[in-house]
Order: sequence, then C-alpha cells, then structure tokens
Amino acid sequence: MTAEAVDLERPATGVASGKLGVWIFLASEVMFFGALVGSYLVLRMGSASWPLPAATLDTTLLGINTFVLITSSVTMVNAVRAAERGDLPAMRRSLLATILLGGTFLGLKAFDYAHLVGGGITIGSSLFGACYFTLTGFHGLHVLGGLVTLVSLLLFSRRPAFARRIAWIENAGLYWHFVDVVWIVLFAILVLL
Amino acid sequence: MTPGAHPRPAGLLARVFSTDHKVIGKQYLFTGIFFLFFAGLMALLIRWQLAYPFRSVPLVGGLLFGKGGIMGGEHYTMLFTMHGSLMVFFAVTPILIGAMGNFVVPLQIGARDMAYPRLNATSYWILFAGGLVMAASFFVPGGAASAGWTNYPPLSSDRGVTLGQGQTLWLLGIVLAGTSTLLGAINFVATILNLRAPGMTLRRLPLATWSYFFTSVLNVLWVPVVAAALILVLLDRVAGTSFFLAGANAPFEGGQPLLYQHLFWGFGHPEVYILILPVWGILSDLLSVFSRKPAFGYRVSVIAMAAIVAVSGIVWGHHMFTSGMSPLLGKAFVLLTLAVSVPTALLFLNWLGTLWKGSIRFEPPMVYALGIVFVFAVGGLTGVFNALQAFDIYIHDTYFVVAHFHYTLAASVFLGSFAAISYWFPKMFGRRMNARLSVVHFLLSFLLLNVVFLAMFRMGIAGMPRRVADPFVYEYLQPMRGWSVLAGWGTLGLGLVQLLFAWDFFRSLRAGPAAPANPWGAATLEWSVASPPPPHNFERTPRVAGGPHEYGRPGPGGRDWVPQDEEVSLT
Repeated sequence: MTAEAVDLERPATGVASGKLGVWIFLASEVMFFGALVGSYLVLRMGSASWPLPAATLDTTLLGINTFVLITSSVTMVNAVRAAERGDLPAMRRSLLATILLGGTFLGLKAFDYAHLVGGGITIGSSLFGACYFTLTGFHGLHVLGGLVTLVSLLLFSRRPAFARRIAWIENAGLYWHFVDVVWIVLFAILVLL
Repeated sequence: MTPGAHPRPAGLLARVFSTDHKVIGKQYLFTGIFFLFFAGLMALLIRWQLAYPFRSVPLVGGLLFGKGGIMGGEHYTMLFTMHGSLMVFFAVTPILIGAMGNFVVPLQIGARDMAYPRLNATSYWILFAGGLVMAASFFVPGGAASAGWTNYPPLSSDRGVTLGQGQTLWLLGIVLAGTSTLLGAINFVATILNLRAPGMTLRRLPLATWSYFFTSVLNVLWVPVVAAALILVLLDRVAGTSFFLAGANAPFEGGQPLLYQHLFWGFGHPEVYILILPVWGILSDLLSVFSRKPAFGYRVSVIAMAAIVAVSGIVWGHHMFTSGMSPLLGKAFVLLTLAVSVPTALLFLNWLGTLWKGSIRFEPPMVYALGIVFVFAVGGLTGVFNALQAFDIYIHDTYFVVAHFHYTLAASVFLGSFAAISYWFPKMFGRRMNARLSVVHFLLSFLLLNVVFLAMFRMGIAGMPRRVADPFVYEYLQPMRGWSVLAGWGTLGLGLVQLLFAWDFFRSLRAGPAAPANPWGAATLEWSVASPPPPHNFERTPRVAGGPHEYGRPGPGGRDWVPQDEEVSLT
C-alpha cells in the first residue's frame, strides 16, 4: 500500500498535482475575469459618456486599499518561505498578517461601497454602477474565498497531519497572488482609466 | 491523493458518495441516460407539433397541456429550449465526458484514480444539483426557460412579463452544470499530465485519452467565459443591472445585447468541439482495434486535434453573420472557420487510412464507429457550407443549420456514445451486451437518423425557419408538409428503437454473459485488468513498454497484438 501510494505521488510532469491543479484553475480564472473585464471595456467604449472615476470614487481610499492588498502578497511570500524552511511559528505569524491585511481590504471595500451607495450609485443606477459593483464584487468574493482558505490552513497548521501538507501553503499563495493581480488590473481600468 | 482515498464500501453513504472514478463514471452514465431519455421525449413532442401543428397530442397531450391536449406556442418554445439545453449540458456532456472519460482515462494511463478523487465526486454532485434545478424549472410560475439554448438577451434578460422564473432557474442550472464540467476538466488535465504510469509517454497515449485532454483544455478555457456571460444575464434579471438590455425596457442606457452573443459564441463554438473531440478520439482507437491495424497517422491525428483546439477559440463570428457584423470581419471569420476543415479532413483521412486493407471485424462497437464516419462526413461537410458568409445568410436560423448540428452533435455524438458504451460495457460491468441486438439497434438508428435529419436539410433549403411553432403559416413552406410529417414519424421510430438499446443495456447489467478481461483483443491498459476492474484498478503500477495500437503483430499463442505493458521482442 505504501509503495503504491509512493507511485501515485510521483507526478509525471515533475510538478506536484496540487500545484498543477491550482495553475489549471487559475487559467480558468483568467478567462472568467477576462470575460468580465472585456465586457466592461466594450460597454465603456460603446458608451456616449462615462463618469470621471476621480470625481465619483474615493480614489485615496482605493489607493490605500491597493497598497494593503499588495502588502498582503508580501506577507504571503514570507509565509511560503517560512513554510519551506520548516519554521512553522514564523509561517503562522505571516499567515495571520496576510489574513489581517486581507480582512482590512474587505473592510475598506465596505466603506467604499457605502460611500458610493450614499452618493446614489448602486448596481442598478447606471452602467458605471453595474460594472463597478459586479467586477469589484466578484473580486471581493475571491478575496473572501482566499481568506477562508488561509484561516483554514492556519487552524490546520496546528495538527500533526499538516507536515505532509506543507505544499498547500504555496498553493494557497499562488491563488492569493492571482487575486492580488486581478485587483491591480481592476484598479487600473476602473479607478485610474 | 492519500492511501485509503477509497473508503471501503461499508455503508450506503460511502457507496453513494464514492470517490472511485469508476463509480462516479457510472453515476454520470445513469444521469446522462436519464436526461437523454427525458430530452428525447421533448424531441418527440417538438416533431409532433411540427408535423401536425396545433393538433391534440395523442396519449400525453391532456396530461401535459391541459384539456384538449393542444400544445401552445409558449409550450413549444419551452420544449425546444429545454431539449437543447438538457441534451448539451445534461445528456451529452455527462455521458461522453463525465461517464466515459471518468471511467476510461485513469485506466488507460495506468493510474489508480483521478488526480483529485474528492473534487471528482464534488463535480458529479454539482451536476446532480443542476439537474434538480432544471427539473424544478418546469414547475414554477411561467414555466420553464424559453429563450432557446442560446439564451439571447434582450429576450432572456427582460424583467418584463415575457418569461417566467424558469428562465432564472435555467441560468442557475446551466451555471451549476458548467461548474461541474469545469472542475471535471481541471481534474482531467491534471490526471492526464501527472498520473501517467512509468513509460506512458505522451506519444503512447491512446487517442481517446488525448481527446479527453484536448476537450478538457477547451472546457477549462471557455466554460468560465459562458459562466461570466450567464451571470451577467442573471444580474440583469435579478439585480437591476442592464449589461445586455437596451432601448425602452432598459433601466439605464449603454447595455449591449450583441455583446452577449460574442461571449456566448466565444464559448459556444469551442463547445461543439468539446462535445465532438471525445468522439473523434474514441473513434480513432476503435477503428484501429477492429481493423487490427495501428491507427493511421497517430501523430498527425494528435496535431490535428491540437490545431482544432487552437483555432476553435477564434471562429465564433460565423454564428453571427446576420447579427450585424462588418463584412470585412465576417470574411476573417469565414477564412478561419474554413481553416478548421483542414485538420478535420486530416483526421478523417486518418480514419480511412486505418480502415484501408485492415482485417475488419464487425463487432458492435465497430459497427457504430463506421456509422459515425458516415454521419460525421455529412455533418462536417455541411459545416463548410455554413461557414461561407453568403450561403450562411440564406440558411441562417433555418432547418439547414438544425440538420447540420444534429448530424454532428446528435448523430455523431450519440453513435459515439453507443460505440463507447458497447465497447467499454464489459469493462464497466463485467458483463456483455447482446451483439445481435446492438447491431439491429445500430442499423435501425442509422437509417432513422438519416431519415429525420436529411428531411431537415430538405426543409432548411426551402427556407423553413427554426423555433417557429407553426412554420406552415408561411405559404411558401406548404410543399414541405410531407417532409415534416416524415421527420415526425422518423423521430417516433428513432425513439422506439432506443427502447431496444435500453432493454438490452439494463438486461445485460444483470443477466449478460460474464465478460473476460479483454474481449476485443485490445492493447490499451484498461484491458490488462479484470472486468470489472478491482477497486484500485492495478495490482501494481503497470510499466508501459509500447504504443496503444500495436495490432497486426504476431505474438505468443496466435495473438495478433502486443499489450501496451508488454515488452516487444524483435527476435
């Protein structure tokens, strides 16, 4: 049984199956966000007028939020490095920092939404509102999914079985960085453009 | 993948929520057959309406449509919408990819299971939930979805009174089916890349497994696109957005109905290759097994499939020639679409090359396979017609198009499913189906398929529009009544013939003669283990020493093939 298990763990590509799966999943995520972003650009180009983002959005808040999310990618890298070194306490600290930063991102996002809704901009008020809430909403759901994953991993890391699952930290990191990159794209086309 | 990922079949729960790819494959198979039957009955009702418009439907009319048993236009619209959607997402995909892919791929590459067994089970149960949502949509106020399987806005996203809640449930059901397909596809790609047994190099993969790889790549890339489009329609319906609405009904300006068509067909065209690729792969292997010859042009076949996968994502515009497209852009789409016919023709020539001078054995899987070669030729060639802008504008939205995609996606795909079922049935269930009944089933199905779909071509050329409950309100279509009646009775016959298959299938499950490990003398790895395979597939991981199609080579004991896990001695 053990020998068989070893055979199954031997990946033909040299990349562990878990990591490979995350990459394939991210390819599909690229297409999903690609379709949403592409639709947004087509709709915006086709519109006679478009509200000036700087006048509508709280750009300072969103800039800070971007900084928060990029910082969370740095702490995520630290977590992965610590996991590779086998330094579990350092890994847990970095994971916790990533989770707190991710939570901060969602908190500030809530402020941003409240600010918009207070100004009369909702998902059903205009094409701008529909695009903004849909795109950032799907991104927010991805951040939430990432947070759930990271919290589960943090709790799981206390268990002895975690030793065999150390690669999960790296896999979760791949996803977290992807979500970060998506935000940078969204920030550029929704807020800066 | 941990040791003990297969729980011992102790309780009912463990058996129902199994993570064994072979069990999940069977779950997909029975689900797919159920929806095939269900959506097939809808086809019967559709053809009744077209043969005898607004006449009382015999037997079931009163039950389905109330007093008088006459189907209304709105019923007809729901029927063709649900027929198409259920066939594509809940019958063809589960049978060909979910069932056959799940069962066959790990066995063919010498793996113990899929790369992610729990994800695999999750995929199936998501599809199951989607099926429940689709079934429930018939019973909500306003009835089932009725915007066609293409679900074009503004019709599909209009929040007016035109469409009921069934339309919203349809969106949920299809997004669930898509999620299931996507997760399954990730699993296939990772499994085929990573879990190949030692020696199973890419050049030794059976063509069926290759086709599952390519089909899964397409699923990974394009299902998310249609998911995004459908979610935007869903938001238009329930959240007050207006992505695809324009004009008086739109809550605000700027929505673009045409954008949806681009997103939908961006997925929709790859989707037809998603459905047909497994048929091509299985067909290529079967022709080799039953001609007792190596598959002709193996490497060309793989490259051809790869080329089709690459080009399939940039041909969607040929579905939109009449949607208001720049003629110059249209020309580009014409050329790209025609380019697909080159690798397709190479595949086709390879099939003929495999048959050429082979020692052909007319076993049931082979008989189905030969039928596919014919119907796919008809479907593929008429595809070239449709690709031509000038011709397409004439036949767009007529029965010519319906006939074309039924030759490819109904005739080819279902003969492909029957070929696959009759070929792997002994391996799946350890019993054999009745060969004579299978051949009779094939001959009658083949005849009637052609009756129905050739009649559709005839009506299409005459300009009969699709999706019209009574096309004979148009005077110019009066001469087509006879053809429509013929197609109607042909469909009834086709449906009855399928009962023959169902009877044989379910009878053989219990009472068929026991199958040996390798009833067909096939070289690929799934035939090297017992029928049905033990829970962990292989006692020890096989060492692959040769290609998948080593037929026509003398071996010990008068054997004319070399199994893939056997060293070839050249002395």
